[in-house]
Amino acid sequence: MITFILNNKLVQTENHQGTTLLDFIRYEMNLPGTKIGCREGDCGACTVLEGIIKNNKVKYKSIVSCLTPIGNAHGKHIVTIEGINMKELTPVQNAFVDHAATQCGFCTPGFVMSLTGHSLSEASSDKEKAIASISGNICRCTGYKSIEKAAESISELLKVKDINDPIKWLVDNEHLPEYFLEIGKRLNEIEKNQLETSENAQIIGGGTDLMVQKPEEIAETNINLFYDRKDLKGIRKVKESIIIGSASNANEIMESPVMQEYFPDIKSYFKLISSEQIRNMGTIAGNFVNASPIGDLSIFFLALNADIILKESNSTRRLPLKDFFLDYKKLNLQKNEYIESVIIPIPQNEFYFNFEKVSKRTHLDIASVNTAIYLQLKDDMIEACTISAGGVSAVPKYLNKTSAYLIGKKITNGTIIKANEIIQEEISPISDIRGSTEYKRLLLRQLLFAHFIKLFPDNISLNELLS
Amino acid sequence: MKNIDSKNHVTGKSVYVDDIPVQTGTLFGAVFSSPKAHGKIINLNLSEAESLEGVEKIFTYKDIPGKNQIGGIIEDEALFAEDEVDFIGQPVAFIVAKNENIARKAVKLIKIDIEELEVITAPREAQEKGHLLTPSRTFKMGDVTKEWSKCDYIFEGKVENGGQEHLYIETQGSYAYPIDNESIKIHSSTQGATLVQKIAAQILGLSMHRIEVDVARLGGAFGGKEDQATAYACMAALAAYLLQKPVKIALHRLDDMQMTGKRHPYSSDFKIGLNKDYKIIAFKTTMYQNGGAANDLSPAIMERTLFHTTNVYFIPNTEVTVYSCKTNLPTNTAFRGFGAPQGMFVIESAIAKAACQLNIPTSKIQKKNFIKENDEFQYGQIAESANIDHCYKTADKTYHIEQIEQEIQEFNSKNTNYKKGMAVMPICFGISFTKTPMNQARALVHIYQDGSLGISTGAIEMGQSVNTKMIQVAASVFSIKPEKIKIESTNTTRVANTSPTAASSGADLNGNALRIACNTLLERLKGTAAKMLSCDISEVRIKNETVLRNNKKTDILWEQLIKTAFLDRVCLTENGHYITPIIHFDKAKEKGHPFAYHVYGIAIITVTLDCIRGTYEFDDVKIVHDFGNSMNTIIDNGQIEGAVVQGIGWMTMEEISFGKNGKLLSNSLSTYKVPDIYSVPKNIDITALKTEGPELALLRSKAIGEPPFMYGIGAYFALAKAINAFNPNYKIDFDAPLTPEKVLMRLYQK
Repeated sequence: MITFILNNKLVQTENHQGTTLLDFIRYEMNLPGTKIGCREGDCGACTVLEGIIKNNKVKYKSIVSCLTPIGNAHGKHIVTIEGINMKELTPVQNAFVDHAATQCGFCTPGFVMSLTGHSLSEASSDKEKAIASISGNICRCTGYKSIEKAAESISELLKVKDINDPIKWLVDNEHLPEYFLEIGKRLNEIEKNQLETSENAQIIGGGTDLMVQKPEEIAETNINLFYDRKDLKGIRKVKESIIIGSASNANEIMESPVMQEYFPDIKSYFKLISSEQIRNMGTIAGNFVNASPIGDLSIFFLALNADIILKESNSTRRLPLKDFFLDYKKLNLQKNEYIESVIIPIPQNEFYFNFEKVSKRTHLDIASVNTAIYLQLKDDMIEACTISAGGVSAVPKYLNKTSAYLIGKKITNGTIIKANEIIQEEISPISDIRGSTEYKRLLLRQLLFAHFIKLFPDNISLNELLS
Repeated sequence: MKNIDSKNHVTGKSVYVDDIPVQTGTLFGAVFSSPKAHGKIINLNLSEAESLEGVEKIFTYKDIPGKNQIGGIIEDEALFAEDEVDFIGQPVAFIVAKNENIARKAVKLIKIDIEELEVITAPREAQEKGHLLTPSRTFKMGDVTKEWSKCDYIFEGKVENGGQEHLYIETQGSYAYPIDNESIKIHSSTQGATLVQKIAAQILGLSMHRIEVDVARLGGAFGGKEDQATAYACMAALAAYLLQKPVKIALHRLDDMQMTGKRHPYSSDFKIGLNKDYKIIAFKTTMYQNGGAANDLSPAIMERTLFHTTNVYFIPNTEVTVYSCKTNLPTNTAFRGFGAPQGMFVIESAIAKAACQLNIPTSKIQKKNFIKENDEFQYGQIAESANIDHCYKTADKTYHIEQIEQEIQEFNSKNTNYKKGMAVMPICFGISFTKTPMNQARALVHIYQDGSLGISTGAIEMGQSVNTKMIQVAASVFSIKPEKIKIESTNTTRVANTSPTAASSGADLNGNALRIACNTLLERLKGTAAKMLSCDISEVRIKNETVLRNNKKTDILWEQLIKTAFLDRVCLTENGHYITPIIHFDKAKEKGHPFAYHVYGIAIITVTLDCIRGTYEFDDVKIVHDFGNSMNTIIDNGQIEGAVVQGIGWMTMEEISFGKNGKLLSNSLSTYKVPDIYSVPKNIDITALKTEGPELALLRSKAIGEPPFMYGIGAYFALAKAINAFNPNYKIDFDAPLTPEKVLMRLYQK
């Protein structure tokens, strides 16, 4: 039986694990403050908070309830707008009122929950972070300027927050109802029986893809929840590698100290990937297995020469990620096999990395073309190079020939122009809703240029590349 | 005063249609719609779907007891297709089941055989083949044919504008149930309660008094729920009536996007002639409106396009024609601006082309041709309080237009990877429904015996805070605290025969009706007070909930006054009726005085273009807007910000894409992008033009909903300038939206 705390109340349900948390909240628990906007994680109107115990503390993050299979709520604290309401408005709610940041009001509970999630984070606040927390929420009325002001005012209030114990501080300062103080204890008391699963069940992680693609099917077939599998979590350095558990979500990767050590700009890259809520849910393995030719994490990790560990009952095998993608939506994956972890070699001295993505809307959108590059230099020569590109082929493309060409070359405008010629032969983009063939070809050329202009501003210039 | 709903919004307590607690036994509906864009229905097989457990009944046109007709202006739209389908997503059947999942499953079990017919999606092709929704209309002034020869410069061109998905976050929905006396009550997310009532009555074959429509609020509408909410309300009502059970429908987003109409795309040709002083002598345009499969509001939208083809300019010789073309796409409909943005985009394109060819700043032509006091609009109305020149001068003084231009030039000369562009976008928008009879409204005011008030009007709250403005009106007439006043839902049994809340006119029409009702009550209350004070009524006033006699406070407080009036059997209920005076329009001549007044304003938009990636960010939108005497600057500024961003969205990232077979490709939020918090201008600055405001505006505060949408059009021209700064080979063209794809292709076009 699925058991969790919904706001201040312990709930148990025999519902199928694959039905959505959103429908349960609205239509079974009769909490209509959580709204339905799109049912595909693209509007944030159904945002709720998910609290789990980690290191004896309850940690909260924002998620979209439309894509959350209710099984993923098992053993957790789920907070809806009704669960933060008190006699007086909370400071977040007040900020929306004070700055006239609500018009029709339909998206507002989602914004309030996202921003409350930001308040609950164990990190200092600033305007940029507060706005990032609501980047997955769409408002069609206000034009966002008033919402920006509301977010900024909250970030000011949170400057004095105790980041070691945000829950207590928030309760003391009337941001949250008192019952939050007891949630940790209550979660510990929940008997967390293992949810039933079965052989051959459809594996599901955060639900951010499957719940969009085939929610009706997921609501009825046997599923195997991987989202909270402790054995598949964690990002750690082991000898010359970084090992990422396959159920790690994008935000966990982005926030990981190990990843940040080697990729100090990772936050700016990951900001281009979906939204706060979706990054809180979507797993790295899910992004790979989805096999989308445009998968952001696939492109990112292809350039890092990632390997994946594939597991089936007692046997495992290691496969370069580039060999995982066989054809459009076709994977080198056996029945019953799943990704256990992702391994990337630790970057060597004097390495360069960059990730580029262009979409119709810069944030919370699917790329027209994305690409990543990893370079190692020795004595001004390219010693190692891997380039990947999405949206230009039936699979997330490891640009084998282009990468090979660049090895042993000096970084000059001429080299890059030649590299582009090779790229254009290597790719075969099709015209679709993300752009025409011609556009994708031109765009990848431009993004190749962007890699080098950004990484080597002294050697490379747009003018030279175009002349 | 802030939006009175704010507290309920931020706590999630505001009730929208899908939040209404359902009665026991409520059934849930889903729509089966045409999978083909055009064809004859050969066979419709419901048997498998009907036998699915939990399916209560499947309705088709055959079940309609009344008339299978929902067309508002012209009766050309069936609720359910009969023999022929005209677009993908056209409703064919309505499945009602024990829950929504079952209903949606049943949809997939319905089989339909369609003999396909030719599919037309492009308006020009439709026009060539004679597929028009209504006869074309032309507005004329002077004589263009004679005047071309007198022009020193003549430029011609073609303009394309895309559609736009409303993307109200609350999708279309309705909840209907039987009530006493063989009647049906309908909760609908509609902008037009009376329209739903009238059409539902027609579908059910009942009189209007058997249908009660109630609307609490909408989760966004933008015109998308003016006519198009009706179909779903009618489906729920039909099932509720025939089954005598409560029935609810709330569209899933993908269905909403596929089935409902959008802003009209237009394809247009223009010809513009100027003299050597850059005065526009003549302007001609022929516009092909893509109406979709049925009329809906297209004739009215076409009319407003005609009215606004000269935007804010006086042009002595014009000839403007619009063809409303029938295509095999969802029926396009009202969207903030209602055809005006399309018209304005054409004239601004013509001016931009002229400026580009003459190598002068666009603003030079714009300001030379601004309409002045007593100039005549091409539809015969004489310009009054023509504030555009005043707006421009205020903008120049406040924001220094030339300095911005110079700074941009300087930036562009120093930077290769990034270029900036800037555009000035002036607007002029007429206020009133262009169909004169619609300019009427009523309000019902109850003063309860404890001194509190309940107010009903025909206005529908959809985020524009019209309810807040209604409270302001009543509070100011009576001089009482807003807390004493409650705005009731919009309900056809309390306020009948309402116009839709649309055309930016909700506050003006309903607020004036309310003002009239309140004034009548006030006079009565003054009579009571005079009686209590044994003085003449002329000596009495009410201020801050206290009766004044000769401007001196008395002991009589509001509550006491009301109690006394009640005991004295004074009527404490009043109905106000308002019609906009002066306005008229003669369609035979296409001349008249259709608008109560015009709203003017100007925006300066600047953009920074990433010339490597083809992406862009808007730096600033600086606006001088003629609010009149704004009755609520917080709300009005919020309307401007929201409208500007929506307008920029239309010109940039919002791209509706249909396949040649008529299938919507941008059918979800992952394929149709609206502005998010990161894509809005970094700064929106609004300056209010100091004017008294027209008498016909509510409390001299001008209508605000639609006009600022058109500021967003400047985004196109600012971007085009930035592209040109990088690529001199690029000569401005007009094909909105200017998506990152189109921008990149133009940056590198040879």
